[in-house]
Amino acid sequence: MSADAASGIGARIPRRELKRLLSGHGRYIDDIKLPRMLHACFVRSPHPHARLVALEVAAAKRAPGVAAVFTAADINPRCEPFVGVALHRPGHRSAPQHLMAAERAVWQGQPVAIVVAESRAEAEDAAELLTAEWQPLPAVGDQLQAIAPGAPVIHAELGDNVAFDFSLEKGEPVKAFADADIVIEEELRFERQMAMTLETRGLIADYNPGDGSLTVMHAHQSPFQMQEIFSRHLRIPEHKVRVIAPDIGGGFGMKLNVYSDEIATVVASMLLGRPVKFCVDRLESFVSDAQARDHRIKCRIALKRTGEIRAMELDDIGAVGAYGMPMRFNVAEGMMAITMAGAPYVFENYKGRTRSVYVNKNLIGMYRGVGMPFACIVGELLTDLAADALGIDTVEFKRRNYWPKSSLPCVTPGGQRLETVSFHECLEKLVRLVSYEALRKEQAELRKRGIYRGIGIATFCEQTAYGPPYYGPSGASISTQDGCTLRLEPSGSVRCITSLTDQGQGTLTSVAQIVAEAVGVSIDQVSVLGGDSAISPYGGGAWASRGTAIGGEAALRAGAMLRKNILALASTLTQTPADALTITESQVINTRTRQAVISLAEIGRIGYFRQDTLPRDFDVQLSVSASFAANDKMYYMANGVQASYVEVDCDTGFISMLGHWAVDDCGRLVNPLLVEEQVRGGIVQGIGAVLFEECLYSEDANLLNGTMADYLVPMAGEMPDIVVEHVETPEASTRLGAKGIGEGGLIGAMGSAWVAVNDALKPLGAKIRHQPFTPERVLDALARARGR
Amino acid sequence: MTNPIHNPSNDLFGEDEVTIEATLNGRPLRRRVKARQHLADFLRQEMELTGTHLGCEHGICGACTVLIDGRTARGCLTLAAQISGKTVDTIEGLAESGKLAGLQAEFIARNAAQCAFCSSGMLLTAYELLSSGETSSRAEIREFISGNMCRCTGYHAIVDAVEAAIALQGKS
Repeated sequence: MSADAASGIGARIPRRELKRLLSGHGRYIDDIKLPRMLHACFVRSPHPHARLVALEVAAAKRAPGVAAVFTAADINPRCEPFVGVALHRPGHRSAPQHLMAAERAVWQGQPVAIVVAESRAEAEDAAELLTAEWQPLPAVGDQLQAIAPGAPVIHAELGDNVAFDFSLEKGEPVKAFADADIVIEEELRFERQMAMTLETRGLIADYNPGDGSLTVMHAHQSPFQMQEIFSRHLRIPEHKVRVIAPDIGGGFGMKLNVYSDEIATVVASMLLGRPVKFCVDRLESFVSDAQARDHRIKCRIALKRTGEIRAMELDDIGAVGAYGMPMRFNVAEGMMAITMAGAPYVFENYKGRTRSVYVNKNLIGMYRGVGMPFACIVGELLTDLAADALGIDTVEFKRRNYWPKSSLPCVTPGGQRLETVSFHECLEKLVRLVSYEALRKEQAELRKRGIYRGIGIATFCEQTAYGPPYYGPSGASISTQDGCTLRLEPSGSVRCITSLTDQGQGTLTSVAQIVAEAVGVSIDQVSVLGGDSAISPYGGGAWASRGTAIGGEAALRAGAMLRKNILALASTLTQTPADALTITESQVINTRTRQAVISLAEIGRIGYFRQDTLPRDFDVQLSVSASFAANDKMYYMANGVQASYVEVDCDTGFISMLGHWAVDDCGRLVNPLLVEEQVRGGIVQGIGAVLFEECLYSEDANLLNGTMADYLVPMAGEMPDIVVEHVETPEASTRLGAKGIGEGGLIGAMGSAWVAVNDALKPLGAKIRHQPFTPERVLDALARARGR
Repeated sequence: MTNPIHNPSNDLFGEDEVTIEATLNGRPLRRRVKARQHLADFLRQEMELTGTHLGCEHGICGACTVLIDGRTARGCLTLAAQISGKTVDTIEGLAESGKLAGLQAEFIARNAAQCAFCSSGMLLTAYELLSSGETSSRAEIREFISGNMCRCTGYHAIVDAVEAAIALQGKS
């Protein structure tokens, strides 16, 4: 490989699309217009649970500009219902989900009718004329209420509201807790959240009745997933379905899920034979986007007086909405919580239970971090409390109890395989970075003056880049491979077509770097196109922090293939053995003479237009494809340690973030600049989760804060500067060595913010266990402490 | 979703049009506009200037920020009819004129944008701060851009970029 330090692997290159996007030349889904295109708007259930008694659509159909009004009777028969159940999770069950509510709505926001008109404004006007008569039914919004005796059962055929109940046990946890010197027990609560991409969901469905083909421009993270779904559920041959992802304004997992309104838009296009655009309005995003979290966790830890952890136990219960999430399921948050809690620490005995419960809320789906933040928070909170009980500092406790390097590879009691993790290196680097001893001194000094600051340190594992063993057995047709086609253009530049998508991460820039280095050209000579299910090799797209690790590996392999083919042609043309040739800066170089012998432009000219000058049997192959999947790997395990420095105002309950530091190990760093931005962005989302973000519901499951004025997200003024450093332990099983980085920032930040705030409250005898830590909850925590 | 106060029998909410005369990105504009159409929809749908984005349409996120007479304004809270007699600048015009070049370069160098859906608004807000000619601390920069939501970057790099652009402006 001829490294090009300026633009190859390891270079700090900004996302290459930014020049275009920062001058207003982006092309996001709502920027696109097609000829004869119609606009859709949905009428949704205003009730969390209600019987639809009557629906009057005639007036809406007559409204100006309206092309059609479709209800369940029109839409549902055209689509196979979804059953969002993972086949490899015994006992997991869901009622079938149709695209539109027919007789009964089970969450506030469930689609009831789709109005299609010449403009979005006309569609909205007409939707106002549609009248629905509802008979409200008893609704349940809380998981504990939903499993209480006598609770309203959302899907009668299931008998109760339990979607999934799973337990695991390792060693002898009961005995370990009974024999322990110290047992610490806590109950944690995590409210519901939104992913809140700045660009809402959207698509343009373009069914062509002439040839029965379907093209969907879709602000989605996985075009191939949607190609498969449109084909299977709408009964269109797969090779006639093409899904194209345009510029996308953020995904964070939310744009990975399967949405009934999006598929209903495709059905509307099929029924009308015209393109139909549907872009989610911000207000309806609150009741239709997949949400996240909504868990209650009981947890405990057992220790010996000498400081060893004897056992941990977790009992998680999550409210997952009204159905199982198609393809992606919504048992994952609980499963990750119970399988990953305490993973950085040595212990032998473990017990975990997770339950997923149906409630009358919109579906829980994929969102950055999935259940990994719970695992981090539980592990770090319990071990911090353990360190307190033992009278040692949290850093010292971590040093003593992390898996030592010598124990790797190992499998944790929760079943996590740790191979190339670097807890100790990350911790020591972080301790130096934050000047830990000095910070503790400052904290102690300020406490004497009545200023309550907290220092929180959180260690996390991040499962990245799932392999076939993860999704394969679930029965979902989700590709854990990715592919890359490279074509040498006649002018000597390289065109790359990847199955990856990019919602802002800069993955396509990383792919360009990999291709540039693998082929031997500068990055300016490489263009990358992603997100088109018709033209690239099959692949998964962007999810689970996988793009660079999997798609990058495919690009590296394709680059090596193209390079080999170029050198074979160069060898023939220059009568030089191929192994004496290399490619640097678009020139084929004789490694012995260090002289350029032929340019890639000349290779392209001869390879495409003057094959007549080549030996008769010479096989010119200047387009190559490679795919990569880690057949035997469940995931690549990334890891890191973060620190938060916070101040709690005990009069107002406000929490200020004073500083944040992260040391992350995502394997080989393909582009440190992009990695650091991924980490920082994740950290801010993590801080938002801990301090601000909460979907507020009434007891009967009505959403109370469905506007951006009422749902708080972090803005610049509340956020600290964030220092990011790296430890680089390459993944051993791939040539590239990259692991994922998409979620670590969020996971670690949630953990460190949780324990930092609790560290600040500790001298006051207060503790806070209910996320988000709003001023009201902080003041309640202080009041409880005073009352004791 | 839909507007609950809309009454189709009331022309004010229907197809009523008014004539506006304004300056858009340095060029004179005379146009019939729908009385109920907000400025961001007008720019995007009628003028095909899609660089102005819509993130919430209720005045919170700042994605639709434009300049009206040199001051930032929410395109979603301004009716197109209200720009008559005023000067409107969007990301397209400011980018083309080169006025944003310094900020764009500092943003790009630091990857101070990821999905970039917020960037038009963020750049215009930063431009307003720069245009004041004042120097600003990091905390002041953070405060100034706190009406523009970015869900991707973590803000740190954006603050760095604005700080650098201000420093550069001070030197020149």
